[in-house]
Amino acid sequence: MTDLIDKASDKASTRAFAARSLGPRFAISRSNFDRLMNVASPLALLLLWEIAAYFGWIDVRFFPAPSKIFAEMMVLIQNGQLWTHLVASLYRLFWGFIFGGAPALILGISMGLSRTLRSIMEPLVAATYPIPKSAILPLILLIFGLGEASKIVMVAIGLFFPILINTMAGVLEIPKIHFDVARNFGASRLQTFMTIALPGAMPLIMTGVKLGVGMGLILIALAEMIGAKSGLGFMMWNAWEILSVETMYVGLIVIAALGVLFSLILNEVERFLVPWKQAR
Amino acid sequence: MILNPPATDATANAAAPEVKIKLRGVRKIFETKRGPFVALDSLTLDIPTGCFFMIVGPSGCGKTTLLRILAGLETHTEGTIEIGASADGRPSNSMIFQGDSLFPWMTVWDNAAYGLTMRRLPKAQIKDRVGHYLNRTGLSRFTDLYPHQLSGGMRQRVSIARAFANDPDVLLMDEPFSALDEQNKVLLQEELLKIWEETRKTVLFITHSVDEAVTLGDRILVMTAHPGRAKADLIVPFERPRQVLELRARPAYGEFVFNIWGYLRDEVHRARAQDEASAQ
Repeated sequence: MTDLIDKASDKASTRAFAARSLGPRFAISRSNFDRLMNVASPLALLLLWEIAAYFGWIDVRFFPAPSKIFAEMMVLIQNGQLWTHLVASLYRLFWGFIFGGAPALILGISMGLSRTLRSIMEPLVAATYPIPKSAILPLILLIFGLGEASKIVMVAIGLFFPILINTMAGVLEIPKIHFDVARNFGASRLQTFMTIALPGAMPLIMTGVKLGVGMGLILIALAEMIGAKSGLGFMMWNAWEILSVETMYVGLIVIAALGVLFSLILNEVERFLVPWKQAR
Repeated sequence: MILNPPATDATANAAAPEVKIKLRGVRKIFETKRGPFVALDSLTLDIPTGCFFMIVGPSGCGKTTLLRILAGLETHTEGTIEIGASADGRPSNSMIFQGDSLFPWMTVWDNAAYGLTMRRLPKAQIKDRVGHYLNRTGLSRFTDLYPHQLSGGMRQRVSIARAFANDPDVLLMDEPFSALDEQNKVLLQEELLKIWEETRKTVLFITHSVDEAVTLGDRILVMTAHPGRAKADLIVPFERPRQVLELRARPAYGEFVFNIWGYLRDEVHRARAQDEASAQ
């Protein structure tokens, strides 16, 4: 019985080997094939788009050819406009990240550590978190005006909640025994915060930061469309007003690229801050 | 009954050395939904300085509660506890916890140095002491690894190094080897004895293993099933330094173990009856 099976599988594997060795020019490992497909599929879509635009299968007023979009991007880079808008958006994202992230981190860890603080803050967080951030934009504009502050505040609010909620969950997930050890070895409150709560919650804090940065990108584009004279959101809104569809697409591409770039950076930061979760 | 070997009564040994831990009528009552639960009842005990003191009892007899009270992680309800003042600012106790108590976000070195770092000792002194105990526990080559990269036995050796490096007056050990396999257990018991011989600190060691109690201890307190009271207090008649396997081969060893089982057997049965009653 076992002999039969062995022989059968032997035969099967020789056949597979033969088949593979028949076409050595096309020999490619599975993972390289996957990588190739990952690059090839978007390129194929762009090519199809270009062809469709060329032959007029699609309405180029709405879907201009990729080559046109690329040409427009070059123009915007050369006249410095894209750079100006990009810097304006990044500036707001940065300060929004600081002003939203830092309080969220400190409050999140404190809420995770203190049951009293948690019972005070949890209903407030639960009541304010579900409010769509876009819905409070008019209020923010009213309070903070049309300057930089309102944009920064929008980003900060968007980042605040995901980081707060994940940080608190991260602290609550730390096994109680680690706090017992800290206490037995004489750690002060501040030391417990720095050596147990912060590093222990770091994996979930990073999850919160990633979610928050995504939310920040959404909100910065929105806020700049309504109350700004610069930034990628403004650039796209302005493009709508002057019917420069290509510029809109350039804005979309740059925002998407920012999203990818941020997630790559954050993955590296995570690898650096949470080295102990890597090998799992 | 066949079983009646002469037990050496600890209290008969009048010329006892200086007392390190003094318990008088210690009671611990937990408030539960089913009403008050007496975990420890009128426990009176003197533990001499430098004694390797073992507590054996059925599960749920409150032995871990006693250790947690002494470690400052729990407060007792009644009675008095006196722990001899520690000399020159040394910590009064350090605990070796049951199960995984290492911080997964710290390397072996940082874990072992935790107590000293929290006390802000000079760097050179920390390096000296941590290096010494990591060396003694055979972990010198693994100082940069994270706990998840270690085996269970190695992890428990790190927590032994952490407690010894902290140089406390009293070492509290809460079934530190219970999660290990038999072979690792014997190795670690041997290593623990060797390291302990260097300093001969007062140790309070909790176990449910009679073998472990006889192998390691100078004195053994057998506790009753819930509520936890002192049932018997015995002096272990074997000289030091001990070789674990050599000791266990002796006929006197088997006799002594059998003797302790005589005290323990009824309590284990009672604990089981209690479990079954509360399960219904």
